[in-house]
Amino acid sequence: MAIWCTDLAIDRWRLAEGLACREGPDATPLALIEDTAHGPRIAAVNAAARAAGAMPAMRLADARTLCPVLAVRPADPAGDLAFLESLALWAQRWGPWSALDPPDGLLVDVTGVAHLFGGERALIADVLALLEKRGLAARAALAPTAGAAWALAHYAPQAAILPPEADPRAHLADLPVAALRLDADVVLLLRRLGLKRLGDLDGLARENLARRFRNTRSAAANPLLRLDQLFGLRPEPLLPVVGVPAPLVQRRLMEPIRHRPLLDQVVADLAQDMARLLEGQAQGARRLELGMWKVDGEVLIRSLEMAAATRDPAHVCRLFATRLDDLDAGFGIELVRLRASWTEPLLLAQADLDAAAESHGTSLAACIDRLTVRLGAQAVRRPVPHASHLPERAQRWQPPLADLPSSQEELRFHHRPLKILDKPESVSVIYETPDGLPRRFRWRGEVHEIARAEGPERIAPEWWRERSTVRLRDYYRIEDALGRRYWLYRHGVIGDGRGGAPEWFIQGLFA
Amino acid sequence: MIEHAHLPDPVALLPGLARGLGATTRTPRWHPGIATGCRHAELFAPARDASGAGLALAFARDALAREQAAETPDRRPFLWVQDKAALRLSGRPYLPGLPAELRHRLIHVAAVTPEDALFALEEGLRCRDLAFVIGELAGNPRALDFTASRRLSLAAEKHGVPLWLVRLDARRDLGAARMRWEVGAAPSPQSRWNPHAPGTSTWRADLFRTHTFHPGQWNLRDDGAVLTAEPAPSATPDHGDLVHGSGDRSLAAG
Repeated sequence: MAIWCTDLAIDRWRLAEGLACREGPDATPLALIEDTAHGPRIAAVNAAARAAGAMPAMRLADARTLCPVLAVRPADPAGDLAFLESLALWAQRWGPWSALDPPDGLLVDVTGVAHLFGGERALIADVLALLEKRGLAARAALAPTAGAAWALAHYAPQAAILPPEADPRAHLADLPVAALRLDADVVLLLRRLGLKRLGDLDGLARENLARRFRNTRSAAANPLLRLDQLFGLRPEPLLPVVGVPAPLVQRRLMEPIRHRPLLDQVVADLAQDMARLLEGQAQGARRLELGMWKVDGEVLIRSLEMAAATRDPAHVCRLFATRLDDLDAGFGIELVRLRASWTEPLLLAQADLDAAAESHGTSLAACIDRLTVRLGAQAVRRPVPHASHLPERAQRWQPPLADLPSSQEELRFHHRPLKILDKPESVSVIYETPDGLPRRFRWRGEVHEIARAEGPERIAPEWWRERSTVRLRDYYRIEDALGRRYWLYRHGVIGDGRGGAPEWFIQGLFA
Repeated sequence: MIEHAHLPDPVALLPGLARGLGATTRTPRWHPGIATGCRHAELFAPARDASGAGLALAFARDALAREQAAETPDRRPFLWVQDKAALRLSGRPYLPGLPAELRHRLIHVAAVTPEDALFALEEGLRCRDLAFVIGELAGNPRALDFTASRRLSLAAEKHGVPLWLVRLDARRDLGAARMRWEVGAAPSPQSRWNPHAPGTSTWRADLFRTHTFHPGQWNLRDDGAVLTAEPAPSATPDHGDLVHGSGDRSLAAG
């Protein structure tokens, strides 16, 4: 079904002014004008001006020549389009979906719904009656295809219906070629070719038309495409209008409230509800309207606009708190409603990890992750025991949160140093006998007098994995005169046949 | 949105802080096992031995034993952060030599630069799952100025994770730590079974700067479970109410 609002701009202007038809300024010639590069141009005229000779698309200067008393008002094409959009949504009362046909038409899909209104004639009559009730001059037509319905609405008698069983070629043959929704220059070309009616076009060979317009792919410039769409031989996708209801939450109150703290509580609850609703839709509110219905029927409205889309309840409450100061509750407020009339997509954001960590501390895994990211996996490790007699092999390093390997209990009678040097450092030791206790050693340029010593604890090389020439180690726990405790070892013994005189090394530091 | 987290009142934080007239006599003396309320302590120690790390571990165990309930054993890990110089000078922790109850709870961080080490320390202090944090930094790095020290102190007090910062071969520069110790090794007592062998670990500890206690010197010994203290033999005689030397005065004693 196609609906054509013949005087949409004028009707809208009249409704905005609150005038009936042919009353007040509408009784005299009036035109809506738009500014162009060549001066003002008439966008729409009312009936009186049309009678006086003014036409749309005429220059205002020319129209003034014909009709010196022509009054002008600025046209509002953007407002007209918005009005047409809301009208298209409203028109979905007759069919499941509707599409815009700018600048002043609508297409409604009424396939299989006519019987709900008592037949196609009753449906058309209903449409015309309701549009007239809204103060809009309109024409409507029903046809199996959108193109045919448009042609009938514009160029056929009012309320024309093309029945599905009728032959569209015969039925539409008398319509002018302009009914094909073609551009003006194409219509002019067709007229110069002598093709005035759809029937004329239909009489031509199809190849000739295709050849004539072979370079134009746009449907609005190719009569053959338009003809096929008119007769339903070629699909014509339409972009439906989908209404998006504004997110809305409300609270009906059991008792009317008259005090501010109670209202603040209700607003906080509503903000929470709204946040949950918006989060489900991945939207954030740019404008919020808080409506408060009083017991005596008055409505108080406070609206709020945010600089960026948000759904933070605390933020919304804080902003509304300042707007509610001058509220007059009267006998009480019984219904509070919060509506987000402007929303923008706002993706779900991750909770603020840093702030949470700031107040509650991080978990161990998060801490390890942060350390590992900055310092590298090799820097953050934990020691695990390893089955080996050699001190430097007795511990291995693994990632801090990995499972501990199973291991045997350590032997308790061994004293082991708290810290171990990565690489044993060579020391020069003075001893009484080559195999006896050391007396004094020099390490890092300082001489340590040995006060006490215990040892040796002999640790033999691991012959199953090392070569036969590796020397054994004799470990000594020593304490020097100042109380510093070290772990020294002598590498080899004299006469073991694996090198010369044994060397001494320092490997560990006791606490 | 800035959320002002609850920071403890600095005065309420230190229950032992005495002010006003007679503050000197009312200021308590430190002894092992006393509740210090101190979350950030610095231990100045030589790098040639492990006395700093050993005493830090002993202090940490002492504080843990005081805090934890006996029926719920504390299994939280602890963090040991070393920078490269500290690692080279005094070695890395050795698992068989660690105290038995801390042995499997160690997480070691080998930072390359002092900046990285400070970062790791701060992250560790912010972690609620750590029992305590030990840091070992060699010398007086430029990164560890008073601001960095104060950051560590605030983080430790905010999240309640104690920090024992061992300074190896360092000057006593500015720091925000509430207790500052000078640590060295001391001759150990005679071993029970072998008179010629080194005994239990003993340290000479000098509490030279503190908020809530009198400064003092002790010989501290880790007898397996508890930390015991005996007055240092070379300690300066106690002058009673006389004014201490300016460098050795408790800040609270005014």
